[in-house]
Amino acid sequence: MKIRNTGYPYFFWLAIFIAIPLLLVLYFAFTTGDSQNMGTFTFSLDNFRRFFTPIYLNVLYRSINLALISTVICLGLGYPIAYIISREKPRIRNIMVLLFVIPMWMNFLLRTYAWLTLLGKNGIINYVITKIGFQPLDLMYNDSAVLLGMVYNFLPFMVLPIFSVLTKMDFNLVEAAEDLGANRRTTFLKVILPLSLPGVITGVTMVFIPAVSTFVISSLLGGNKSTLIGNLIEQQFRYTMDWHFGSAMSIILMVFILIAMALTSKFDKEKEGEGGGLW
Amino acid sequence: MVEKGMKRLYTFLIFLFLYAPIIVLIVFSFNDSRSRGVWNGFTLRWYFELFKDREILRALYYTLFIAITSSIISTIIGTFAAIGIFGMNGFGKKLVLNLNYLPVLNPDIVTAVALMTLFRLARLEFGVITLLLAHITFCIPYVVLSILPKLKQMNKHLAEAAMDLGATPFYALRKVIIPEIMPGIITGALLAFTLSIDDFVISFFTTGHGVSNLSITIFAMARRGINPVINALSTLMFITLLILLLIINKRTEKNDKNLQERR
Repeated sequence: MKIRNTGYPYFFWLAIFIAIPLLLVLYFAFTTGDSQNMGTFTFSLDNFRRFFTPIYLNVLYRSINLALISTVICLGLGYPIAYIISREKPRIRNIMVLLFVIPMWMNFLLRTYAWLTLLGKNGIINYVITKIGFQPLDLMYNDSAVLLGMVYNFLPFMVLPIFSVLTKMDFNLVEAAEDLGANRRTTFLKVILPLSLPGVITGVTMVFIPAVSTFVISSLLGGNKSTLIGNLIEQQFRYTMDWHFGSAMSIILMVFILIAMALTSKFDKEKEGEGGGLW
Repeated sequence: MVEKGMKRLYTFLIFLFLYAPIIVLIVFSFNDSRSRGVWNGFTLRWYFELFKDREILRALYYTLFIAITSSIISTIIGTFAAIGIFGMNGFGKKLVLNLNYLPVLNPDIVTAVALMTLFRLARLEFGVITLLLAHITFCIPYVVLSILPKLKQMNKHLAEAAMDLGATPFYALRKVIIPEIMPGIITGALLAFTLSIDDFVISFFTTGHGVSNLSITIFAMARRGINPVINALSTLMFITLLILLLIINKRTEKNDKNLQERR
């Protein structure tokens, strides 16, 4: 037995459970017929034609829009906190990082659902608002609730990669910049930010991908009004049973994400290319 | 001084944001009312009812069973896979690594519907088996990715030296390579366990016949109102994990101290 050959069981696994299923989705996307009976499949581009109509394009646009906004908010909120944590003493730093990880141990559906208690008509936030003397706000079942859910769930994915890059950064560089007369703005823009860019890029992808494809957050916090592309795919596979159309949408989502990732990795030229080279 | 105060305040607000829902959950697990948002006084009722609620206990059983089984299997397959991939080169290595990346990069929902399609066409009965296969599939890549860096750090002549000294490849693997990459294996196993226990999307599409884990149960309940028993259960799980973490922390701190003293 050669040590090299120990990978073979997994290569079979990869072929059966990763490559073939995706090829099946691709096959379904380019055919129509009765989803439960392969004999009826015929090649067609109808699924894509159907998707590229205003109703569905609008949903895609909404999903991308919400995902982009939540990514920007996560970056805005996450970068400063990542920076603050990275400048702490190692002991406090470890505790603070742990504090970011611990919430993930509680079921994420439950944590998202708990926001309903905070946001609801009789919820805690509205209670405080009415006590101060304002009109209660309609916080639930709209796009801002969905956004909040996304930011809440994915913020750690932004903070942790940025943090890990910032802690490895040589802080003497910042001091050197200051000694050479750079003000804080210049130091940040010319030294800290460029050095932390790989972390930012990882963070952005790790927030954007789950945000653009979610159907859970939108169905828990967005009510019936909020349909995202994830919800459409779910409906096709679970209720409408039009797997062909569902597959086509999955392929579109996948292609979109691959393009987005190719674009972001352009910013990140120094990325060491061990695998993932295709993306 | 002002800046320091601002930093403190900002940190506090961020952590408040992260923990607000968790505090709400824990507080409401002691609430003597079924409805959320209304505080009716303290009770331990939900904690007692938890042990009588068959639906939730079954969901807990499936969640733990799937998480433990899939993390063990994916750690074993993933460890051998990582060692195998590490020894490869050229196009084959690139192909395998990229395929390995797919479930990590692909949105969960795409992985989920792809697996659902496969299982349906293979006429597998949806239930524990399909759930397990799906979980193993999305866990292995993370195991592989946490072991590969350790292999890269390892002195690659170690295994050769062992074999030159007469060790069989399997013996070298067991006595030299695996101990060297153990931290990576443990990280991978923990990652797999966490991912599996928290998964909803992939489980939602690949289960059937009344088999549901906690996430699926919660999602189904969200429509008709969450049973406070779930809050009680999550509080218990959360506190168990916290205590475990504290113990591990204490032990590593002690180890660190011992190490420093020995130096």
